[in-house]
Parts: sequence; structure tokens; C-alpha cells
Amino acid sequence: MISNLAWIFFSTLLINNFTLAMFLGLCPFFGVTRSVDTGWRLGAANTFVLVITSISAWALNTYVLVSAPYLRTIAFIVVIASMVQIVEMVIKKTLPTLFRELGIYLPLITTNCAILGLALFQTTRKYTLLEGIVFAIGAGLGLTLALSLMASIRERMDVADVPALARRMGLVMIIASCLSMAFMGFAGMGSG
Amino acid sequence: MSGHEHSHGAPEAAVVDAGSSSVRLIATLAMFGALAGGILAFTYQKTLPPIRKFAGERVEVAVREVLGSPAKLDTLFLVGDKLSKTPPPGADPLEAVKVFIGFDASGAPIGVAVEEKAPGFSSDVVLMVGFNPQTSALTGFKVLAQTETPGLGDKIIKDSSFARQFPGKLVTPLKGDKSATSDPSTVQTITGATITSKAVIKVINKAVETWKPRLDAYAKEGGK
Amino acid sequence: MTAIHVDAAPDATEPIVPGAPPPQPLWLDFWRGIAEDNPVMIQMLGLCPSMAVSNSLENGIGMSAAVIFVLVCSSLLVSLLRKVIPGEVRLASYILIIATFVTISDLVMQAYFPALSKTLGPFVPLIVVNCIILGRAEAFAGKVKPVRAVADAFGMGVGFTLALCTIAAFREVVGNGTLLNHPLFGPNYEPWNFMIMPPGGFLTMGLMFLVMGWWGERQKSKRAEVTP
Repeated sequence: MISNLAWIFFSTLLINNFTLAMFLGLCPFFGVTRSVDTGWRLGAANTFVLVITSISAWALNTYVLVSAPYLRTIAFIVVIASMVQIVEMVIKKTLPTLFRELGIYLPLITTNCAILGLALFQTTRKYTLLEGIVFAIGAGLGLTLALSLMASIRERMDVADVPALARRMGLVMIIASCLSMAFMGFAGMGSG
Repeated sequence: MSGHEHSHGAPEAAVVDAGSSSVRLIATLAMFGALAGGILAFTYQKTLPPIRKFAGERVEVAVREVLGSPAKLDTLFLVGDKLSKTPPPGADPLEAVKVFIGFDASGAPIGVAVEEKAPGFSSDVVLMVGFNPQTSALTGFKVLAQTETPGLGDKIIKDSSFARQFPGKLVTPLKGDKSATSDPSTVQTITGATITSKAVIKVINKAVETWKPRLDAYAKEGGK
Repeated sequence: MTAIHVDAAPDATEPIVPGAPPPQPLWLDFWRGIAEDNPVMIQMLGLCPSMAVSNSLENGIGMSAAVIFVLVCSSLLVSLLRKVIPGEVRLASYILIIATFVTISDLVMQAYFPALSKTLGPFVPLIVVNCIILGRAEAFAGKVKPVRAVADAFGMGVGFTLALCTIAAFREVVGNGTLLNHPLFGPNYEPWNFMIMPPGGFLTMGLMFLVMGWWGERQKSKRAEVTP
């Protein structure tokens, strides 16, 4: 049981990192990774939304979609978007400080492919509620890790003398490739 | 005066308009939702038979392969912790946890096939494992899903000399070794893919470990 | 219901919609998506599928077909319904329309191309959140006549296909020594497996952007030579 949960967590966090190995959530990865601070805040907000998504997807799969699996994609999108909205309102009321830190990212995240991807992967792998939550936390921390690593590299890159032809996306992609390669080194840690 | 009346009237009209349009918003969305649901329900009904047919065939092909083309196949479902000829109430027979029993032309059992998985090099390795529950001897395995390293780990599929070692090996439990061996319960792992080879061995051991007691109990209770 | 429309101008010309794209020949609507506004190479949208499923040309073609189907159908429907959908709920309606077509293509793929559907897995339903499709519905299809919307959607779809299939073909040839599963180089070729693994996706994309950057710089310096 514990070893199963640990395997789900570490394989999602490192080996099958959402951003670096599954190409999910690339928009924030390339779009907003300008500073480390933004990077980890966005990561934290993402983790939060992923956990909510995982719970909603589990509830939908168990109670609602059993008789109508063809509505899965639509149901996921609608329910996740409204859940995030509700949670956003609750946080705004009860934890204003946290809201100021993460709030602006919440609506953006809803349309992120990592969120829908998590719900879909969780469904095909038939995770239980607990496994799903562990999967979501692993995925969220994995995104945070990738975002902050990328952000700290790009902070250095801003002061480096980069050839003009690589100044836009070229170099960023190749850095992402190196990061992805480094994360491949974690493969094999699950078997002992 | 009349100008005043006019400017008073305009905002009121806007308010009325906003009120009716919020009804319109909900009506439009509800209409779209119902329409989408209807179209999808229709498509689903049309595509369900081929989807289910394929899912069933995929499993059956794997079962036949690991059991060496049996003449007849029986299916037992796991209900609670016991095996039963009928699936658990309300469960989809395609999705339920089950074991396949293969018989040869004379009606003698060849072995059983079960699906099992374990962590490999990068994610779960899922196998169909065929073995004889009386002797714990393997009849074979087939990889159902894996995402191992191309060129190294995927040799468990592409390198037929690896898979060829398994039939006849005794799972007491099964072990892996880097060098060639004639030991009845040891197989040679693939060079450069030791972890993936060991994952295959782990899945096989897990399959026999979990399913042999269940099958023994079922046989003891008089099921054949 | 439609009676609420105030600006039901009786003239034959397209009523002026705020932010509507300027009128231009139909072939330009189509061509823009392939070249100057290529969704992947220029707008950098839909990067996620262009790297995730580009490890073989077969996957690339399957994905492109699904994207073109969803893009054209949803653009057509969005354009046809542009006067019925109230502005406040247009995004929700667009997403509903897109999700419906995505589910249809997913179900059809599962039923008739099961092997392909299994390798693409969740990346087919993930077309819903592909920014290209919602982007075209919002920026173009919701504001123009159906003919233009379809031309534009088709152009964008073909542009996406070209980018995705180029990347996929390159990765498959280099990383596996095959093209559409036909061996190209004989048994002595040692495939560069790295290229069909995730880092190879980023690297191929990066190389493509470098080549484009080099091309852009060259054009710029050529122009600089001519002007003085």
C-alpha cells in the first residue's frame, strides 16, 4: 500500500514529470517562467488546483459518469472550472493573504492541459481517491520543480550573451531538453 | 421635460434587457448542453460495439498466445477474495478482475492466464502471465503495456530470445541472472535492461504468488 | 429568441463586428495559417501535442487528422451560431462545442483505429484545451461568415499538420531509422533512440526554432544590405 503510493508519487514527481516527460503544462513553463518567485507561486497554485481536480474527477467517475462515460471530457472541463471558481471565492473570503499570493493564477490554470491531463490519466489508470490525491500532489510538485528550475536558468540567461538566432525560443527549448534528459536519470528508482 | 423622460427611459430599458438576457444566457447554454449530450449519446451507441469487441479481442489474443493456443477457454471472476464463474453483481465483465483457464483438445487443463503489473524502469509494466497452477511452471508471457526505454527496455518485446526462455521455468520464485544459466527457475536478463528484465520477473512472481492460492482454494472447493 | 438582435442590418454586406478581421481573399485566409501565422512555428500554440505525440509519423498523422476535424467542425458551427450565442457566454459555448467534437473524434478513433487510439491515449481528449482551436473560435470564426471561418480553420489545421508531421518524421527517421514503420537505412544503422524519447522532442523543437531564427537573421541582414 505505502510502497504503491510512494511509487505513484515519485514516478509522477521525477520520472514521468508532467512538464519534462509528458509535455503537459508547457504554456506556463515557457510563458511565465521569468522569475523564480513567480515560478514557485504558480507551481503552488497549480498543485492546489490539481488536488481539487483529482477529487472532483474521482467523484465524477464514481458517482456520475458510470452510466455516461461519453460525457467525460465535457463533465471534467465544466466541473473543474466551476470547482476552481468556488474554491477561489472561498479562499478570497477566508484566507485573503493566500489569495493575494496565488489568486491571480487560479483562473488561468483552469485551462491548462496539465489539469485535464491529470483527470484523464487518473481515469485510465483507475486510481482510487487516495491514489488520485497522491498522484495530484506528485504532479503539482513536479510542475513546481520544473517551473522553478527553468525560471532560475532563465534569470541567468537574461544577462548572458546569447547569439541573436537563439534569443527567442530556440535556446529555451534546448535547455528544456537538457532538463528533461537530467530527469530521465531518475528512471529505475522505482524497482528495488 | 420630455428630454428628462427620455433619459430616464433608456437605462430602464437596459435593465429589462439585462434581465431577459440572463435568462437567455442560461437557456442558450442549457440548449447547447442538451444538444451536445444527445449527439454524444448517439455517437457512443454507434461506436460502443466495435470498441468493446476490440477490447475483448485484445485480451483474448494475449491469453491464447501465453497459453499456446488452447482449444477451449474458461473465465473465472474474482468476487471478494474467491473465484466465481459469474462476475460480481453490477460489474462489467470486460472490466472485472478475472483469470482465464485454458484446456487442450482432450479437455485437460493447460494452465491459467492473468493480468498483472509492477513498476518497471520508467512506469508500470503490464503483462499477461500464463502458468500452470499445479506445478508453478510458466507457459509464457505477453507485454500488454510498457513505456520502457526504446532500444533497451523494449527488448522485452522485440528481443524474442528473452521471451523464449520463459516457458517451462518454475516460479519458486523466478530469479534473474546476468549470465546464461540452465537453472530451472532462473532466466538470463537483457544486457543494458537489467531493471526492465527484473520488472518482468517481478510481475510474474507477483502473478503466481497472488493467484495460485486463489486457484488452489477454488480447486479444493470442487470447482474445475 | 433571435428577435433581441438590435443591429439586424438588412444590407447584404457583413455587419461590422468589433475586432473582426479585415476582409481579404479567401485563399489568404487559408494561406495565413500555413505560413505567416503558422500556429506551431509562429504563434507557438499547441506545443504540447506537437512534442508529445511526434515520436512517430503515424502518431503525428493521426493527431493531425483529429485536430483538423475538430478545428474545421467547431469553427463552422461557431460561425453559423455567431448571432445566436450571447457574448457573455460565448467562451463556455465554444468550449462545449469543441468538447463535443473532440469526444466524437475520440470515440470514432477508439472504435475504428484502436491501436492508434491506444498510443495517443489521453492526448486526443486533450485537444479540448489546445489553444489553437479556442483561439480561432474566439479571434476569427465567431466574427466572420462560415466560408471564411472554414477556410481559416482548414489553413490553421494544415499549418499544424505540416509542423507536427515534419517534427514527427524527423524524430522517427533519426530516432528509429524508420518512416511510417518502414526501415530506411538497413540493419547497420544504429538508431539514435534519444530522439524518440521526451528530451528528443524538446531538442527537435529547439533545433527547428534555431533554424527559423537563423533564417530570420539572414533576411534581416539582407534587407539591411539593400536599404543603404
